This record gives sequence, C-alpha cells and structure tokens, in this order.
Amino acid sequence: MSWTRKILRVNLTEGTCTPEPLNMQWANDYLGQRGLATKYLVEETDPKVHPLSPENKLIMATGPLTGTMVSTGGRYSVITKGPLTGAIACSNSGGFLGNEFKNAGWDMIIFEGRSPTPVYLYIENDLAELRPAEHLWGKSAWEADDILHADHQDPNLRVAVIGRTSENGCLFGCVINDRHRAAGRSGVGTVMASKHLKAVAVRGTLGVAAPHSSDEFFKAVADGKEVLAENPVTGQGLPTYGTQVLMNVINGVGGLPARNMRDVGFEGAENISGEAMHEPRASDGKPNLVTNAACFGCTIACGRISTIDKTHFSIRDKADKPQYQGASGGLEYEAAWSLGADTGVDDLDALTYVNFVCNEDGFDPISFGCTVAAAMELFEAGKITLEDTGGIDLRFGNAEALVAVTEALVTGEGFGAVIGMGSKRLCEKYGDADLSMSVKGLEFPAYDPRGIQGIGLNYATSNRGACHVRGYTIASEILGIPVKTEQTDTDGKPELVKAFQDATALVDSAGICLFTTFAWGMENIAPQIDAACEGDWSVERCLEVGERIWNLERMYNNAAGFTADDDKLPKRLLKEAIKSGPTKGQVNRLGEMLPKYYEIRGWTESGEPTPETVSRLGL
Amino acid sequence: MQRSLYLDPAKCTGCLQCEMACSYEKLGEFNPSRSLIKVFTFHEEGRFAPYTCTQCDDAWCLRACPVDAITINLSTAAKVVNEAKCVGCKVCTIACPFGTVNYVHETGKVGKCDLCDGDPACARACPTEAITFIDANATGYERMRAFAEKSISAANATAS
Ligand code: SF4
Repeated sequence: MSWTRKILRVNLTEGTCTPEPLNMQWANDYLGQRGLATKYLVEETDPKVHPLSPENKLIMATGPLTGTMVSTGGRYSVITKGPLTGAIACSNSGGFLGNEFKNAGWDMIIFEGRSPTPVYLYIENDLAELRPAEHLWGKSAWEADDILHADHQDPNLRVAVIGRTSENGCLFGCVINDRHRAAGRSGVGTVMASKHLKAVAVRGTLGVAAPHSSDEFFKAVADGKEVLAENPVTGQGLPTYGTQVLMNVINGVGGLPARNMRDVGFEGAENISGEAMHEPRASDGKPNLVTNAACFGCTIACGRISTIDKTHFSIRDKADKPQYQGASGGLEYEAAWSLGADTGVDDLDALTYVNFVCNEDGFDPISFGCTVAAAMELFEAGKITLEDTGGIDLRFGNAEALVAVTEALVTGEGFGAVIGMGSKRLCEKYGDADLSMSVKGLEFPAYDPRGIQGIGLNYATSNRGACHVRGYTIASEILGIPVKTEQTDTDGKPELVKAFQDATALVDSAGICLFTTFAWGMENIAPQIDAACEGDWSVERCLEVGERIWNLERMYNNAAGFTADDDKLPKRLLKEAIKSGPTKGQVNRLGEMLPKYYEIRGWTESGEPTPETVSRLGL
Repeated sequence: MQRSLYLDPAKCTGCLQCEMACSYEKLGEFNPSRSLIKVFTFHEEGRFAPYTCTQCDDAWCLRACPVDAITINLSTAAKVVNEAKCVGCKVCTIACPFGTVNYVHETGKVGKCDLCDGDPACARACPTEAITFIDANATGYERMRAFAEKSISAANATAS
C-alpha cells in the first residue's frame, strides 16, 4: 500500500534498467508523484541544463494513493525541465497507466541520458528492458499503441507514447496514454522524444498491497465517494457535461477570452459548449457526445467520448482513416476554448476533429490553439502572409484554416514547424512579442485574468507558466467553492492563490485527480492519505507538504534563471480594458496583488524564499 | 429470495472500482489483473461492458470438472470452486461457453465468481449501479419498465 518503495532507473545512453529503493525520507517530506519526483529532479540535475539535452532527466511518477480504491486514484505525472519554458514542468494524467505502474511494483521511473537509437521501455512486473523502436518511430501515438498491443498480444498492456509532433521538435508535445489521456502541458513529450524514447508499455499483475489500517481506510474512502456523489459539480455537472459544463458559465460572467484574448466574451460559445455536445446533429440525428467515461478508479467520470459528424468537411474525404470514423476522446473545456473561442471558430465538429488529432499525435491543445490564435492576429495585421502560411488563409473564425494548420503541425513541414515553436517564439519571429498570450512561455488557459483577478496572480506566479491547474481560484471566484470571492476584487486574492497553489501541489503528489477538489477539501483528502500511508498525515502536515513542494519548484526555477521579472502578465491583460459585457472596463491589477503574495509566501521582493522560509519548510 | 448479479453496460463508465473491489475481497490487495469480474472497453463504439459468471443453473463448468471441485452454494446458488480439490486441469475453462472461469497461474487453480457469499463486493463498489445484485426472477424488469413507460405515452397520445 501507499509506496511500493521501489523506483526504476533507466539509463538510455547505456541501455540499462536498474531498480533502486525509494528514498523514504524524501517520501515523508514530499509525499509522491509531483512533489517527490521534483525532489529527485532537483537533487540529480543542474537546473541550468538544456531541456532537450541528455543531461535533463524525465521522471514518470505515481502517488501513494495511485492504484487504490480511493476515488480517482489512478493518476501519474511526468516531471522534467520543460522545453517551452525552461522552467520546471510537471504534467498530470489519468487514464489507466498510473495504476499499471503501481501494479508492476514501481513508484517511479527515472529516465536519464539519450538512447543512440529509438527505443521503448517494456515493463512486466520486475522485468524491465529497453527494446528497439525503429518500427514505431515516425508513427502516430495511436499507431504505435496499436502496434505495441499487437506485438505483445496483450490487450491489457497499458501504453504511454509520444506522437510525430514531439519527434518533429514541436515544443508542446504530450505523453499520451490510453489513447486519449495526456500528460498534456509544457512539452514533456518533446523531452521524451529528445531521449529517443518512443513509448513505455507496462503490464502489472503484482497487486497493490492492502492498507495497514483497512477499516479506517475503507471508511475514509467511502466517505470521500459519498461527498463526490452528493456534490452538484462532481455528482452531476462533470459526469453530464464534463469540464465543458464551464463554457456557458464562464462566458456568462465575462471571463471567457476570445480571439487571442483581444476580446472577452465569445458569441459562438453556446455552439461549442457541453450542452451543444448533447444536441442531435442534422446529418444523422446523433449527438456529438457518445458517453462519459472514467479514468481508473474514478467515481466522477468527467471524460468525454465523442464522434465527428461523418459529413463534416474535416473527415468527409477520409473514409480510409477509420480512426476518425468511430468514437474517441472528445472536447474538454480548455481544448474547446483554445481551439475554438481563442481562434474564433465555433464549429463543434472541426474542434472535435482537431482534438482527435491532438491525441493521435500527442500535442497540447491549449498551447496549440493559443499559438494558432496569435498567428491569426499577426496574419490579420499583415505580419504573417499567405506566403508564410503556405496558402492557409489564417483569419480568425476560419475552421478550414484551423484544420489545415493542425495537419501541417503533424507533418512538421512549412508553417507547421513555425506553429510548433509555441506562441512566444512565433510572436518574436514575426516582430510582435507582446501578442504572445503566455507567462514564462506557456500559453494561457480559458479564464481571462482581467475579468477574474485572482487567476491572473496564479498565472503570473505559477511555476510552470500560465496554468489553471496550479491554483484553480476559479472555484472560489466564480463557482463559490469553498467560499465565494468577488471575481473583480484583488483583496484577499494573494491569500486565496497561495492556499489553492499549496493544496494543489499536495493533491498532485497524492495520486488523485484535482477535480475531486470541487467537492473535497483537505479535511476529506488528508484522512484518506493518513489511512493509506505510514505516519501521521494531518490536514496541517498535508498543507505544509504542499507549501514545501511549491517552494522547491520555485527554487528550481530561480536557480534556472527565472526572477521576479518573470512573474508577469502580457501587456494586453494589464492595459487593454475589456470592451464589453459584464466585466467591461476591467484590466488585471497584478501590481496590487504581487507584493502581498511575495510577503505571505515568505519571499524577498525579488521573489526568492527568505532563509527563514527555507528553514521553516526544511528545504 | 435468490439474487443475481445484474450488469447494465449502458451505465458503466469503465472506472474499474469493481475490479479493485473483487481482488481486495478475494486476495486482500488491489489487483485488477486478478479480478473475477472484468470490464471491457469498446473504444470505437465508446462503450464499456462489465462481464462475469452468470451462475448457470445447469452449469457446464460443474459438470465438466473431473474431481467435483465445483459445487453449488445452497444459499446463493453460486457455483463455487473448492481450491483444495481443484487440480488445475482447466477442463472447466474449456467447458464454460462464456469464458468466465479461468486458470490462475499464481495459484495453479481456476478462479470464478462465487457471489461473495451473497454480498458481491463489485456491486457494492460500483458508483453508477451498472452492477447490482437483484431478485434473480426480476432481471428483466428494468427493461420491462422502460417499455411499459413507452406504452403509457402511446396510450396518452391516443387518449388526447
Ligand atoms: S474527474 Fe475526470 S479527469 Fe479526473 S479522474 Fe475522473 S474522469 Fe479522470
């Protein structure tokens, strides 16, 4: 139970796989997954390494609750230095892979070096070996997944794999598992590609041992499940509409950015919303959504399984491509926003198709959609020309252009290679760096920091760049969870952001899904950790571990060269007021929040943890 | 009342709580690979289907066993493998038309669902009622109810 106490070290340069005991002192201080793997990365690598060099390491890590009956207990994360940002990168994924690692007996796998030729890692319980992957290189994530299943003749094999975009050097490649779950952000797939590691295929049959105090454990687990079932968001909203339950809500409160965040409020939001996914379409009377689906152990089941309208232009001429004809992972809110509202496209089938391709070839739909949006603005301003795009008419709202540029990214040719650099490098290349809607090089998710103040502070200070799942203050500022704070106020937001960031760091280190926190507070989570793990895991200890992790990540970034100057938002969000709607006139007032945030974090004015903070947290 | 496991694929989300519950009940560990109920994913159809032993009245496995290792639990009517007697010959795995009794290499015996002595762990763990344990004589009632409901709307339409 909790930890298997075993990690696997894979040296790709040497071609060796070596088991090691888990450092239990670090597990006590950092719990697991995100926190613990960050600790290993910090101890073992120079923060200044080039993210795509053999000296960078890539860690796949589970949490102590992964593989248990705790609801959503199937998560794993990929931790490395990210190529898009040069900052710490940690991407979390559901699906079924994390459980399989745990059942094979491994808490964590550390990849180091670079293989001279493409390889994949095969794990069957104690057996772990690198095998040639020349036949997989150049294949999409889905093709490689199919080939591995066929080669091993094992339908229960779980596969994590990169697509062609990562191989082609796209800086926001993901690691895809179970076909449509992804360690999605920060380019962790690109790092995997740089190591010539195409896939990890794993089968575990050892079982995860029973908790040491099983009555207490099952009581805490049952209580947790009941809270999820009775909560309107986790019990009804998420299973019915997925995260797409948010599209109309966020648009309604003046928090939905559109067209590279030039506007707030998108007139086409309803057409690409969770509700629209339930509407029967004209061609065959069937809705976009086939069913909801769960990750391993999840009693929420927010996943979307969708189909594309067979008569839609994106797949009409692709009858020879069966992968687009059936059901697969459908739109989540962030993807529907970035691929849709941010590019001005409100064509649900076009977005579903592009989302399929994001999974098929492993790239982050948020960074991709935002980069396309930035390119569209530059195109409309005449700074990117038809010649640059290879004839793609990259205007806002052009669904055909969105589809064309998606297909170009997969081949990595022509303008596709430019899009693959991400918005920061693209905007610099075309002479208007301010148009990149990003922090530390990572593109924004779907909440406008002008209309919702606290999330702006979270974006500015998030350790992996603009990211909502580092401190999801939307829960409080819009949904009133656990208490409602006024979205356009800055008062109390530094405290709110810090509390969310620390709690999230803990959740991401436990093996469970962040979406539980729509219903669960630390008072629901800590007892489950406590019953599963040795030692005393009180609410206070959990929060302290969360804060320790946050500071550890911060110190890594500082050592990598980031300073307080990088805790900023694009000019547009500080200067260009929202033009219309319920939040008209607002800009983000980061300056009112940031000094206080540093103060309550126990950081100096230049954004470094003070010696007292470092010693208080035992760093 | 005799009860049956009633499996409704339309309600299944594929979360595998049932597989964890089953393996915990039988082995005291969370080990989906050893679960006696399996959830199958039909990716392209977007469907999930739990499946396990139907507890045939006149059970092929029981009849096929050369050492009488499979017997009937008289209170639940489950067909139960007596591990002390089972010799691992696998004849029952060939005889079962549904594939729900399988060899377990870790024990050298066969394994199949035994309804957990009348309180199946899978049904308790299922968060969506895709697996329920109901009156064995009424496993069609849910569907009957759906058709009955259609008949009232038809009757209403005729009346108005
Ligand atoms: S809430 Fe959604 S993302 Fe989280 S574990 Fe459940 S299905 Fe997966």
